[in-house]
Amino acid sequence: MVAESLSAGAFLGGFKLVKRIHAGGMATIWKVTREDLSLPMVMKVPRLKDGDDPSFIVSFEVEQMVLPKLSGPHVPRFIASGDFSQQPFLVMEHIPGGSLESRLPEAPLPPDKIAGIGAKTAAALHDLHCQRVIHLDLTPDNILFRKSGEAVLIDFGLSRHDQLPDLMAEEFHLPMGTAPYISPEQVLNVRSDSRSDIFALGVILYELSTGEQPFGDPKSKAGLRRRLYVDFVPPRALNKECPRWLQEIVLRCLEVDPAKRYGSAAQLAFALQHPEQVVLTPRAERGRRDSHWTIFKRWMNYNKFGPSANRSIARHLDTVPIVMAAVDTSPEMEALSDSLRKAVKRIFRTERNARLTCVTVRKTPLVGLDLGVDEAGQNLHVQFLIELKHWARALEIPADRISFHVLEFPDPAAALVNYARANHVDHIVIGARGSSTLRRFLGSVSSQVVAEAPCTVTVVRGRIRPEIMEQVAKPRVRRGIVYYYMVYLLTSL
Amino acid sequence: MRIAFFADIHANREALEACIYHSILQGVDKHVFLGDLIGYGADPEWVLDTVMRYYENGAIVVLGNHDEAVLQRSRNGMHSDARYAVEWTRTRLNRHQMKFLSGLPLQIDEHDRLYVHANAWAPNQWGYITDTFDTARSLAFTRCRLTFCGHVHERYLYHQNGSRSVNAFVPQPGVDIPLSTHRRWLINAGSVGQPRDGNPAACYAVYDSALNMLTYFRVPFDVEAAARKIKEAGLPEWFGTRLEQGV
Repeated sequence: MVAESLSAGAFLGGFKLVKRIHAGGMATIWKVTREDLSLPMVMKVPRLKDGDDPSFIVSFEVEQMVLPKLSGPHVPRFIASGDFSQQPFLVMEHIPGGSLESRLPEAPLPPDKIAGIGAKTAAALHDLHCQRVIHLDLTPDNILFRKSGEAVLIDFGLSRHDQLPDLMAEEFHLPMGTAPYISPEQVLNVRSDSRSDIFALGVILYELSTGEQPFGDPKSKAGLRRRLYVDFVPPRALNKECPRWLQEIVLRCLEVDPAKRYGSAAQLAFALQHPEQVVLTPRAERGRRDSHWTIFKRWMNYNKFGPSANRSIARHLDTVPIVMAAVDTSPEMEALSDSLRKAVKRIFRTERNARLTCVTVRKTPLVGLDLGVDEAGQNLHVQFLIELKHWARALEIPADRISFHVLEFPDPAAALVNYARANHVDHIVIGARGSSTLRRFLGSVSSQVVAEAPCTVTVVRGRIRPEIMEQVAKPRVRRGIVYYYMVYLLTSL
Repeated sequence: MRIAFFADIHANREALEACIYHSILQGVDKHVFLGDLIGYGADPEWVLDTVMRYYENGAIVVLGNHDEAVLQRSRNGMHSDARYAVEWTRTRLNRHQMKFLSGLPLQIDEHDRLYVHANAWAPNQWGYITDTFDTARSLAFTRCRLTFCGHVHERYLYHQNGSRSVNAFVPQPGVDIPLSTHRRWLINAGSVGQPRDGNPAACYAVYDSALNMLTYFRVPFDVEAAARKIKEAGLPEWFGTRLEQGV
């Protein structure tokens, strides 16, 4: 059976073809059903004809190999695949609604919309990278959105899985990707850097901000190579409404040298989620393209770009974690916050490219009115922020790798855990206040964070003096009294 | 069916025991022994008795160059220490074990799979497959889609596409690798009893014929015990130290 002869109502691999929803040059996409599966599904059937570009076939093989390895909300669920010995096909979950491509005619979009789309896509990329896959063909066409809001990435035909043979690189020695979005290192045939996807997302953010493509759509290899030395018109020169922080983010994504881009998609998502924390550099102020002389100098040097060392994605991600310090800045906690700082310092001594986010919680009342000012009428939020920055000063972490957040929430532990989850935090460092009977009875903030955090948690405790330890260990009887007192309180409510 | 491939055990009881136990936990249905059951190690009797027991229960065993050397009088092409180990091994084996070795085939075809110790172009010449050219040569001499072999003591996965170009890949342990039916594959299962890639842990592979999936495993074993026995048996001491270093 060949793809051309398939028609609605026919069966392939136990799936009933319902409707052809796309007929592209490389594959046709069918809506399919199977009696035992209620999930909406699509089947991708490659066009295999003699004389076809063999890269079509290999890219389908790659997708058949990679998609079953992926899981989670940011990829379509893999259902089944058909073997090359008969008719190859790939069945996956159908994600209804259009791709990001359909939003492009509306560009330039408002900055907050761009940041929202960018952060969701970056979160999806980070999830993909954590599963050891680099997409290498991120385009607006390949980004869909679930009804619940999460971005879904599709089309893994050019992808690279860290632990599987890279069929693409081994077969073809020409740069592979989509011309407007391909990263400079991919042009040089490097397929092992997860930051290539960050470059492609940078192109998409540029497009959403200006309505134009930074490098156009070159058709030749020489045209693709231009992005290694010719820069582009900065977004703010094309759209005055584009804020400085957005230009800063876009230009950082589009750096020619991957090491100058965001280290991970999680770090990019973080910047897009907290525009007010983006540190502005000369990138934000750039108003026009570089002079011909500067471009000429870069052209003279660009051939020196060697392919970067082939290293594993997982090992790279390990070097660029987001570390969160949960700090209690109240004066009586000074000793503990000092120990916490030491612990953070120790982490940053080995993780030089890590990013630190300092978080403190201002507990707001569950019921009643929160005025947000202290007795002297000072703004409490600002006060907390000042103290947090003061705490971090001694760490000497450069401004572009540190940020500060005051969370206002009645439940500190829940606030910290939610923050860690939303910001792709890899490691939480939190202090445990001393041991007390009541704390052990009610449960401490740190123990609740340990129980619920989506990542590694280091609990820091100031050294407890032996005599205090003894006191803590003794009062079993008193604990009983507290218990009965609590029960009494609860029942008398 | 899940098939475990054990190559180059080299009379290492500790490594074989660990791998057998590991493979049972992997739900393996069948074992294929890809030659060089003996030589270098101090436990040829135990290893042979174990493999013979598996053979009686349906396992497949092919001959390796060290197995053949024990059967022959002249052993040209082997370095002196290896030759000494062969002589020593022969003194330890009984008639039953020798008969088993002499009956082993050089290669076996099963469905779309070829099992052979060294290569398919001249299995009795023991030429090594060390690169993509050797692989292309070997694949040209078999109709099978999958070739399983050992002999070089390092795990490698080679694949060949329709246009006959071959590429190599170093597989990571514990990762399921789908073997696309669109291409041909040569699987070097690594070595159970004497890995030489810098990692002393035993290496073997499991192929799932229903899922068409290949997985390599690295299994730690009591290297010190194996090395000590080599020393106590009076075999060249460096056979033991190389085990500890995985070289």
